[in-house]
Amino acid sequence: MASPRLRASLCQLFVVVACLSSTCLALYEDQVGVRDWHQQYIGRVKHAVFQTQGTGRKRVVVATEQNAIASLNLRTGDIYWRHVLGETDNIDALEISMGKYVLTLSKGNTVRAWHLPDGALIWETRIQAFQGFNLGLIKLPVDIDGDKVNDLFVYSGSILTAISGADGATLWRVDAAGSKNIFIEKVVLAPEEGKAYGLGFFGIMGVALVEIDLKTGDLSDLKSAELSSMLSTEHLHVTSDYAVALQSDAESLVVALINSHKELIVVETPVSSILTNPGTSLKLLSTNLEGVISLSSDDQTVILKVDPTTGKLSLVERLTGAVAVSDSLSVLDDKYATAIVEFSEEGSAQNVFNLRVKGNDFSDEVQKETVKLPSHRGFIQKAFLNAYVRTDRSHGFRALVVGEDDSLSLLQQGEVVWTREDGLASIVDASPAELPLEKDGVSVAEVEHDLAEWLKGHIMKMKATLFLATPDELAAVQRARLNQADKTKHTRDHNGFRKLLVVLTKAGKISALHTGDGHVVWSLLVPSLRASYGNPRFSPLKIFQWQVPHQHALDENPVVLILAQADPGYDVKGALSWIDVHKGTELQSVKLSYSVTQVVTTPVTDSSEQRLHLLIDNRKRAHLFPATEESLALFLKYKENAYFYEVDKADQKMHGYGLLDLVDPSTGNIKEGYVFESRKLWSIVFPAETESITTVVTRKSDEVTHTQTKVLSNRDILFKYLNKNLVFVATVAPKDKSQVGAVSPEEKTLVVYLVDTVTGRILHRVSHPNMQGPVHAVLSENWVVYHYFNLRQHRYEMSVLEIYDQSRLPDKGVIQLMLGQHNSSVPISSYSPVNLEVKQQSYFFTFTVKTMTVTSTAKGITAKQLLLGTVNDQVLALDKRLFDPRRTLTPTPAEQEEGILPLTDSIPISPQSYLTHSYQVEGLRGLLTIPARLESTSLVFAYGLDLFYTHTAPSKIYDSLTEDFSYALLLVTIVVLFLSIIVTYVLSERRELAEKWK
Amino acid sequence: MAVLLKPIFCFSGHLVLFCVLCGCFVASTAYSSGDDLYAVEGQVKLESLRGKSIGKVANIKVVFDGGEQVSFLRTDGSFVFEGVPPGTHLLEVTALGYFFPPVRVDVSSRMPGQIRASYVEGPRRTLDGLVLEPLREENYYEIREPFSLLGLLKSPMGLMIGFMVICVFLLPKLMDSIDPEEMKRLQEAQRAHPSPVAQFLQGRT
Repeated sequence: MASPRLRASLCQLFVVVACLSSTCLALYEDQVGVRDWHQQYIGRVKHAVFQTQGTGRKRVVVATEQNAIASLNLRTGDIYWRHVLGETDNIDALEISMGKYVLTLSKGNTVRAWHLPDGALIWETRIQAFQGFNLGLIKLPVDIDGDKVNDLFVYSGSILTAISGADGATLWRVDAAGSKNIFIEKVVLAPEEGKAYGLGFFGIMGVALVEIDLKTGDLSDLKSAELSSMLSTEHLHVTSDYAVALQSDAESLVVALINSHKELIVVETPVSSILTNPGTSLKLLSTNLEGVISLSSDDQTVILKVDPTTGKLSLVERLTGAVAVSDSLSVLDDKYATAIVEFSEEGSAQNVFNLRVKGNDFSDEVQKETVKLPSHRGFIQKAFLNAYVRTDRSHGFRALVVGEDDSLSLLQQGEVVWTREDGLASIVDASPAELPLEKDGVSVAEVEHDLAEWLKGHIMKMKATLFLATPDELAAVQRARLNQADKTKHTRDHNGFRKLLVVLTKAGKISALHTGDGHVVWSLLVPSLRASYGNPRFSPLKIFQWQVPHQHALDENPVVLILAQADPGYDVKGALSWIDVHKGTELQSVKLSYSVTQVVTTPVTDSSEQRLHLLIDNRKRAHLFPATEESLALFLKYKENAYFYEVDKADQKMHGYGLLDLVDPSTGNIKEGYVFESRKLWSIVFPAETESITTVVTRKSDEVTHTQTKVLSNRDILFKYLNKNLVFVATVAPKDKSQVGAVSPEEKTLVVYLVDTVTGRILHRVSHPNMQGPVHAVLSENWVVYHYFNLRQHRYEMSVLEIYDQSRLPDKGVIQLMLGQHNSSVPISSYSPVNLEVKQQSYFFTFTVKTMTVTSTAKGITAKQLLLGTVNDQVLALDKRLFDPRRTLTPTPAEQEEGILPLTDSIPISPQSYLTHSYQVEGLRGLLTIPARLESTSLVFAYGLDLFYTHTAPSKIYDSLTEDFSYALLLVTIVVLFLSIIVTYVLSERRELAEKWK
Repeated sequence: MAVLLKPIFCFSGHLVLFCVLCGCFVASTAYSSGDDLYAVEGQVKLESLRGKSIGKVANIKVVFDGGEQVSFLRTDGSFVFEGVPPGTHLLEVTALGYFFPPVRVDVSSRMPGQIRASYVEGPRRTLDGLVLEPLREENYYEIREPFSLLGLLKSPMGLMIGFMVICVFLLPKLMDSIDPEEMKRLQEAQRAHPSPVAQFLQGRT
């Protein structure tokens, strides 16, 4: 199949892979789960459909805001199957048909049918749609095309489409707006066979009802009712007996009754006549309720009963505080049940909720329970009701609830049956933190307490390596290595493998995960970021390591700082919150009256190891935190060296700033930090018509470099250009800047710059014609690796730039060296003249890349690996040696000795170099690398919809024995040696005696 | 109003691809752009995935233009992308346990709806239709070498033991093979001019 040329290139790749495999640490299948863990999530649930009838396993199918569809086990919450749709493929509706098809409507125009037991896609079809209008999917009780599969019906704006349930073929389609000028909001099935009614807005001043023939799609019998004033077209509440709309000025509610002749009778009721205190922001909620409607205003939810004969509205319930109302559930023929979940009281660690299930038109209460949920789940924001039949034939109810932290819980009989931490599917930022030190008083002797036990374990292990063990023993060995007791201890370990991963989720919840097995150590729904009436909601942006105690402040707990941005339209623009990482409590919080554009972490720490941070606002003023006298004094000394830069993507400019004097603290609020004015030092203007900034990458602030030189095989020295203020900027041709394909290659050029952010000097510029983004890049030490798309070859490419400082070349002046004037010992300054040599090389790369990072180790001695999140949602670890601009087609023996690989036109990928091995990190968004205390090892945390954690050792584990080192074999060898010494001693004694007798 | 054309592939055995345009004219208002948009249909050869199954066929995704669109495989392995503008596009198949080489798809703007597909890597080779198959299976794990005596001997500890054995059993033999007369002379010579090591050892004893 493969041509000789392809084969030859494959052979070449194989050689490189073979060269690499000696250094790459691949995983054996039985090592899965020893160092790594993988967790699957689905995200915040927005639709849920239960499948509890029949004999099959009870499930609930959910669709989430992260575009995932999943079938969950109703008893345990485990995932049976899950699919994550494309990024723009938002799920609008979800249904289960005939007990075996899951139907989804996404993006407003794509209908898919999935097989319920195994999640296979049965068919997929595109329909026409008016974007941005009300969407709905209805399974029909009839079979239009006679293929014994019930068909379905989609309304998307005014276009109605009937789709065959068997293969997704369009049966008929009508445009109701075009033919009848009705914008259908909802379709209700009529009691008669083959008929349905569509209700919708008739212009903006009316409501209309149209009869739909399900067999043919004919619209007939249009009945409309004009109104005196404009309607709010946000929502029309429709049931089979009436439709309710709110007027655009929110003055009155309009009920359009449907009488037996299918005519509309309009009854207008002023809101003030029903509600004494209607509030300011009255809104009709889009819940599917029967017999009642729900309105929200300010901080209350009002439930109004609608009389189906007279259209009279009456107040049923006024619910204040946090309330979630489920859709109405049809229990028996015309019996409905609706759940209300109210927040009742706040406990110390748990919140108490009332779950009330109401019967028809809310007159009776069928079930009432109180449920306790941990307080870090916040309020309940969504509820889905499901009924089951008890042993005494009465109906019981269970409810699936979505918490404020996006978690999903199943409540039944006042108990939480299971909870899924699905907030972890939307991690915004992650940061590592140290665990507490082991205290002397705490006994640690639980592990390996019994020598006999320990020896037994090792002998079993040896038997396993010698393939002598029975399957039972093998299982025992595997169990023992997976459940090492010390893996999940909550104290620091010698190698620095045990750490906390502090993750911040979109819902404003901060959690600490243990690196041992990924369990949640603590969670906190950050109180100061929660929305409350009259205050904005804050969306969290980033975590900063505020206080990392070491040296003299060891007793302090580490603290992280959360930066959050407020919803627009409020005086408060942002918030800061300080969280104690060991206790999981909020220490302090500040609301900011300015919006923060960036945060500069300074290298200065105060006496309690709190790091000084500068918050830059949109007026380019710097706010110093912590706002203490001590930090101010420290910072004033450092101020001359504080610079920051800004990338203005809108104007295609970069600006650099230096700090001016302190603004008099008495004029402002000290709590919001000491304010410094800044002045613009430099600007770089990119030609906006040909270049648009797409990627800006800096070095990791905590990166450690071991040596500034590189010794070549001929004992020459190259000096790395290690500038901490280096920034990599990539620009691409302006239009379609992030789209692959669909453009002619001629005018597309990718230009990359290396900029010093203190002086604004462009140190290097490379232009790549016929290339385009998206650009992913990594900047580390003195090199940059970036990934982009080659339009001419139509494949991805990666380039490496290595920057060497020629001005520091040793001039071998011994006297100068003795006088300490040797230029290699002069500190690097951005202002000193530079003479750089930039080496460059490019390679083809197979995959689309989602994210990219580099490993980091404690001292920076170990070689580096590039970690790439591929389109397959796998994490690929590639040796930096593959990205070495000194690679040549035929390296000389000296270069080979140096470890330079022969040049290949594309980067070879061996399947063993996937860190995620046989897992996928669905929806991969970010990679975090953390140095372990063991120099050889770097910890890797990948997050997206799923979470994955593992260790990687770019140059193999050279500083500790590997986990599968056989102590027993060592012991046996020693014993054998000892015995042989004795035996040979005895033998030689005898022989000597015999000699003497001669 | 844009026009959506649905090309259908004629899977002939030749490399040249015939595209028959089906006269299925569908009025589309979903796309605001004035360009003509096409559908790209293809198939993943499911027979080639039967070997082993780390991931299920249901989990295989086809990614268009690096994530612009994502499609799933139907039970027969077919997939479709709709609303594709003319130009050159990239198609990737993500299947755990298999390596699918990326494919470029050229949607012609001059001959409406004509589609050519070829592998991006290696020599340009047109695909028959858009039938994709994996280049190879991927094994993510290192295979444990089965236990062998030679392997054990090659390990550092094995070498050590081997060397010891040689010392213990072969060296005396070597001594024996030396002529007794020669041996005596040697010993005498040693006694006459003791080496520093021997002196040191004697001094200790």
